[in-house]
Amino acid sequence: MDLNTRKRELVNEFSPMLRTSGPLLKIWISLLLVIILMGLTAFVLQFMKGHKITGMRDNVVWGIYIINFIFFVGLSYSGAFISGVLHFFKTPWKNSISRIVEIMTVLSLVVGPIFILLCIGRLDRLHYLFIYPRIQSPITWDIIAIMTDLIGCFIYLYLTFIPDLAILRDYSDEETPNWRKKLYKFLAIGYQDTPNQHKRLHKIISIMSTMIIAMAIVAYTVLAWIFSLTPQPGWNSTIFAPYFIIAGLYSGVAVIIISMYLIRKYFSLEKYIRKIHFVGAGIVLLVISLLFGYFTFTEYFSRWFSHNTGNDHLLETLFTKYFWEFILANYIGVLIPIFILFIKKLRTIKMITFAAVIAVLGLWLNRYLIVIPTLETPFLPIQDTRPEFIHYTATWIEWSLSFAGIAAFFLFFTLIIKFIPIIPMSGIIDGDKMQAKNIKKGKNIKLK
Amino acid sequence: MSTKESQKNPTNRRKFLQLGLISGVSAVTGVSILSSFAADEEKELTPSGEKTRLLTPDGKIVEVEVSKINKYPEAHITPAEAREGIPNRKFVMVIDLAKCKNARSCVEKCQKAHQLDYHEEFIKIQLIQNNEEASPYWFPKPCFHCDEPPCVTVCPTGATFKRDDNIVLVDNTRCIGCKFCITSCPYSARQFNWGPKDKFKNLDQPYSPETGIPAVEGTVMKCDFCPDMLRQGELPHCAKACPMGVIYFGDKNEDIVTNGEETLRFSELINERGGYRHLEHLGTKPNVYYLPAVNRQFPLERGFDVDEEIIERYRDVPYVKKLKKLGKI
Repeated sequence: MDLNTRKRELVNEFSPMLRTSGPLLKIWISLLLVIILMGLTAFVLQFMKGHKITGMRDNVVWGIYIINFIFFVGLSYSGAFISGVLHFFKTPWKNSISRIVEIMTVLSLVVGPIFILLCIGRLDRLHYLFIYPRIQSPITWDIIAIMTDLIGCFIYLYLTFIPDLAILRDYSDEETPNWRKKLYKFLAIGYQDTPNQHKRLHKIISIMSTMIIAMAIVAYTVLAWIFSLTPQPGWNSTIFAPYFIIAGLYSGVAVIIISMYLIRKYFSLEKYIRKIHFVGAGIVLLVISLLFGYFTFTEYFSRWFSHNTGNDHLLETLFTKYFWEFILANYIGVLIPIFILFIKKLRTIKMITFAAVIAVLGLWLNRYLIVIPTLETPFLPIQDTRPEFIHYTATWIEWSLSFAGIAAFFLFFTLIIKFIPIIPMSGIIDGDKMQAKNIKKGKNIKLK
Repeated sequence: MSTKESQKNPTNRRKFLQLGLISGVSAVTGVSILSSFAADEEKELTPSGEKTRLLTPDGKIVEVEVSKINKYPEAHITPAEAREGIPNRKFVMVIDLAKCKNARSCVEKCQKAHQLDYHEEFIKIQLIQNNEEASPYWFPKPCFHCDEPPCVTVCPTGATFKRDDNIVLVDNTRCIGCKFCITSCPYSARQFNWGPKDKFKNLDQPYSPETGIPAVEGTVMKCDFCPDMLRQGELPHCAKACPMGVIYFGDKNEDIVTNGEETLRFSELINERGGYRHLEHLGTKPNVYYLPAVNRQFPLERGFDVDEEIIERYRDVPYVKKLKKLGKI
């Protein structure tokens, strides 16, 4: 088939996805906007009235904001890791999910750091971080790592967009609004898909994919260090960095599965996102859930077995006040996905997605249990009469801002999908080419 | 009274301050900061007319009013100046647990001096039980002004800093309120200003990290060892206020500590009375030492003669639970 006709065909296939805005989409977007608006109100209130309207107090100085921060940065890290790794696989099926992963990587890295800003008492002095930087502080490392990661991921995402932007520029029909055409033209920066350009672009993408793996690992390690470099029992752990890395992958793969499910369902992309993708991702999730369970077990087991005073106190709190949360996070949240994914019969699309939902919720709760109970059990016992200073409960301000963050993630995701096909067209073409080449060689390997 | 005076004539007083410190160090006049620790508390600041001669660092002899030597009023120390410690000092505190009966004078005086609210305490009195068999004791806990302060290491802007005179201070004009220092302090010595308060607007006194007044919303504060008092040759408020003389304060360089009544050799006190530092194993190297609660001077119950609300704080201590069961409190 002629390349031009194939491109036009693909544009025609995906254009409706970009253009139509059915009632369901409108409801979805307005719902997200309402949630974001609520969050903005909460933010204004917090800014005006101070942090006392949150549940945070002198002992638990960081609440669910920092948990969301770890969670989103974890998503981003794992997204970068997975898309970097996917890039090295020469299988065509990776094409269907690679863009989902890349978008998740960038968006969660945009949303995540907003949560750390919400923890800061004097947002008006944020620039002091650059005027009076202290390189000894892990926070400074974190800022450097996350900013580098963010820039790297943005560049990577953009690079992977270029061939599709060029196709959209060249093959969009008359119905496409003018501003879109102009934007496509501008963003495609003169990419003509000549063999030379094609080769060069792929080379750059290869280099970038290796780099973002490294940057993401550094960023997430430094984030884990924010906790593990303090002397607090429950945080001061040598395995925290690798533990966070595995935990990030766990949530990342799970969120990818959920996004795959939603996108496939809404856009009827059964042709592209097939069961093989779910099963493949499900098996990856199985491996990671085993690893995650292993790390969680090691972490708590060594604390329990060595039973020094600080750890004892922490575990006692975990097994009394946080008993159900602990069971949900570290038993249900790990064992249910393992169970579902382990049994071949249960590996249906719905069940795999269900396992992924459990994994995400369990992981969020696991992060909660790492942050909050530790802060509630300092070395010197909390002797206070004010209940909010002893036990942390998030207020509606914190919850609505958390949901606003999640909503913002979904909103940006939806908007990007409306701008560029979620299945990379250039990838489909490359896949076709590869197949043709293989047939020519007489290999006739079943690739799809 | 003296505050007003210092505002009227700050430069003049700054000069005296420098002069006084130098005199204290070089001992030209024989008056040092420490020797006046134990001196009378509230000397009137009236010019007596009596003058004395002092040697300045550049070798000149100047005449100064006697009443102003070492009694240099609260000259305003700017945040930049507060980063320099008081020269040649290594401040230490020794807390004699055998004498503490939870009178709470230290807490109240500290709160008054630092304009703190009821629940805001730079020095906290905790009820500690070393083990199940041991009887509990009252444990006054200020900031430990560690030599290896985790809070200073993690601060991203240098808002909290360690000075040469052992003091760890917070500059709330620099603090961005990330609270990392609070999470990394193993002694829970730091507090956050969670919301706006009227007292923050009180600008009668220009801000100095040495006084911590006025506090600022969204920043961290903590015990500061009262450097403003030290500069005047006075003991920190807590040490001055304690009716039992529990809190000794002094200079490691001179090897002297005093509680206002008796002045002792720091090294002897620590060696002979089994002085220790709380949670030594953390390696933070505190500058607050404790003398163990042996041969107590007061029964523990004397400490329950305080507000209901304060007693409520200790409800989780096994000993208090027992007492409550027996109906003794």
